[in-house]
Order: sequence, then structure tokens, then C-alpha cells
Amino acid sequence: MTILKAILILGALGAVFGAALAFAAKIFHVEVDPRQAAVREVLAGANCGGCGYPGCDGYAAAVAAGEAPCNKCVAGGAATAAAVAEIMGVSADAAEKQVAFVPCSGTHECAEPRFNYSGPVDCRAAMLFGGKSSKLCTFACIGLGNCERACQFDAMHVVDGVARVDRSKCVGCGACVDACPKSIVKLIPESQKIMPACGSRDKGAQVMKICKAGCIGCMKCQRECPADAIVVKDNLAQVDMSKCVQCGHCADVCPRHIIASFY
Amino acid sequence: MTNIISIAIGAILINNFIFSQFLGCCPFLGCSSKVDTATGMGLAVVFVMGLASAICWVVDTYLLIPLGLEFLETLAFILVIAALVQFVEMFLKKSVPSLYSALGIYLPLITTNCAVLGVVLLNVQNHYNFIESVVYGITGGVGFMLAIVLFASVRERIAFADYPECFEGFPICLVSAGLLALAFMGFSGMQIFG
Repeated sequence: MTILKAILILGALGAVFGAALAFAAKIFHVEVDPRQAAVREVLAGANCGGCGYPGCDGYAAAVAAGEAPCNKCVAGGAATAAAVAEIMGVSADAAEKQVAFVPCSGTHECAEPRFNYSGPVDCRAAMLFGGKSSKLCTFACIGLGNCERACQFDAMHVVDGVARVDRSKCVGCGACVDACPKSIVKLIPESQKIMPACGSRDKGAQVMKICKAGCIGCMKCQRECPADAIVVKDNLAQVDMSKCVQCGHCADVCPRHIIASFY
Repeated sequence: MTNIISIAIGAILINNFIFSQFLGCCPFLGCSSKVDTATGMGLAVVFVMGLASAICWVVDTYLLIPLGLEFLETLAFILVIAALVQFVEMFLKKSVPSLYSALGIYLPLITTNCAVLGVVLLNVQNHYNFIESVVYGITGGVGFMLAIVLFASVRERIAFADYPECFEGFPICLVSAGLLALAFMGFSGMQIFG
């Protein structure tokens, strides 16, 4: 009997307060820009922060307030930008999709180790010992996977001691760029299919000693490039993306086979 | 009448909710970095505590006690407080949006502010009548507001003070909160009207 009374009384109290609140919600209703909810709806919803705003909600609010351009959602890409632009009633210039790139080919069998590291699985920890890297090359990917753990899209994987990007999954949010303690990961346009996968600025002779897959600055790519888009600067082949015609010839002629081509 | 006055002064100074009963410390520390925000928080708490005391007294006296359901007091009171806080939130969002965004998460957290639940449970424990309950609720809130505004002004000055670096942030706040509570301890044991 007491149980019944208790249920009835608390139920009735709850119902009364619920009704009062529903009534109050009508009176104190605040108009929210309906476009904000609509924009939030079409965003990718990963809260990756690639747009530079705190989460998708923050970006949607900024877009609705007219403070942010429509094409900042890198995870959603061009389709999302078009959808957002349609809601906001403006035309979209779709942002060129960016993907992460790791300029290093120094796998375990190519790059000479500086020491045998068996500490915590964290690139920063490995950097604490001498030489800022567990490999002899100071420009090399340490390969303990800080970027892999930072990636929310399962696009980053350490294979054989070097981080590799799965371009079909990468959305270009830049989480790996921030996570890399050596700051070697960078974002490049997805349309750029040719990139030298080495970051070493050491002299050729030094590179020969410590890595089987390092750029030695032989300048063969520079001589062979039909568009003068690749030049060796600071002992390292570097691509001028505005000139590159994506022919892939440099990748074929490179004697070290380190120019990555994403065809 | 003297009873009411002694309850009021007791709630504001002698048995201050924060400094001598240590209830409601979470918003006291979380919402006290600016005097403006602290004042807003204090006013919201005064409102919720006063109204919660009144409604809870009615619920307790006319529903729970006659039906012999006193054991449900805590549950029913939390229900009342939650509904009230929702109401305050809607009201602030509509009429004072700047205060609404300044209070942020601490506004819905008044629901779990132990000072609010504390005041309604103490009303029952002390067998206060309706007027006394409401006075205790409002003055308890005023005591909370006094404490949080005082502390916010202290913190605003601390921001420019030269203290050891290791005290940066919350440590220096907790130390100064302790000293402030120590000052309020001076009121303890004071007797009003015999």
C-alpha cells in the first residue's frame, strides 16, 4: 500500500512539474537560427576540429552567424561544402581536399637504428634519448605511432617502422600533424600525386651511410623533370606543386626509389 | 519576529552555508573568477533556494507527512529542485542571455548544488514553519552569495598578486578560500537574543 502511495505521489509530482515546465518552455521560447541546426545536420559530425572551431556545433553556429566560410569542413569535403552553401544561400568554392603525407621511407630494413629502443610506445619518449630520434637519421619518422593514435579515421598506420597514410580514409583534419613530435607529417592537396618520401637535409654521403632509402641529392629528378617542377634544395628533392604536371617520371628515374606516386 | 531575525543572521553569517557548513563548494570555486558572474550565480542560487524551500515545505507538510511518506523527502525534494533549476535556466536564457552563457555548465549544476538540497533538508530537520523555511532558504542563498562575491573579489585581486609560481591556479584559490572560511569562523558560537 505504501509503495502504491509513493508511486502515485511521486508520479503526480513529476507530472505536475513536467506540465509546468512544458508551459514555461512555451513562454520562454528562444528563437535559434534554424539554419544552424540545418548546417549541423549536413556536417560530417566527427568533431575532428579540422575546421578550426570547437567541434561541429561550434562551426555550425559560426556559419549561421555568417562568421565562417561554408567550405571549412574538411572531413565532409566538397559535397558537404555544397550542402552548407545551399542552406546559407551562397555559392561554395569547394576547398581543395588535403591529405596527410609522411615524407620518410626509412623502414626498419633501410634506416640504421641509433639505439635499440624498448621504452614506452610513444615517439616523444623515444626522442628524449640522445639524437632526437631512435634512428640515426634525425629527419626520420620514429614510427611509434603517435599519429596513428591521434587519427580518428583509421587512416594512419605504422608499417615497418614508418607511418603510412591511407588516402582513401584520410580527411585532412590535421590531427596527425599536431600529434607528430618531430613535425614531419604535413598536409598536401589530394591532387598532388607525386611527392619525394624523404625529409633528410643531410649531405648525400652521410645519407648513404645511415639510410638505404634517403634522398642523396643526386639531382637526377631535377634534370629529367619535363616541367622543371622538382628541384634539389638543401640536399633534398622538393616539388613545386604549382608547376608539377603529375607525370610521375621522377618517380621512375629516382635511383633510390623514394619518390612516392599515388596512382 | 526575533526568531526570524536570528534565523536570518544565523544563515548569512554564523552558519554560512559555504564557510561553516561546507555545502555548495563546487560553484563557489568554479564560478568565482569574476565578480559579475559570481553575483549572477549568487542571485540564481538565492532564487532557487528561496523557491525550493517554499515548494518543498508545502510538498512535505501537505503530501508526504500526512501520507506517512517522509522517507521519500530527499527524492521528492530533488525532483522539485531539478524542475526549478530547469525553470531558472529557461528564464535566464530568455531574459539575460549574457549571464546564461557566462554561468555555462554551472547553471544546470545548481541542481546538484548540495547547498540547495541542504537547505530544504535542514528546514525539515529543524521543524521550521512555512515563513521560517522561506526566510532560511532566502538568507541561506544570501549567505552563499555573500561568500561567492567576497571570494570572487579576492580572486580578482589575487590575479595581480605576486605569489610563488607553484601556487598558480587552484592551489592559491583553495588557500585563500580557507583563510576566508577562517575569518567566518569568528562568528561561530555567537548567540542572538539569548
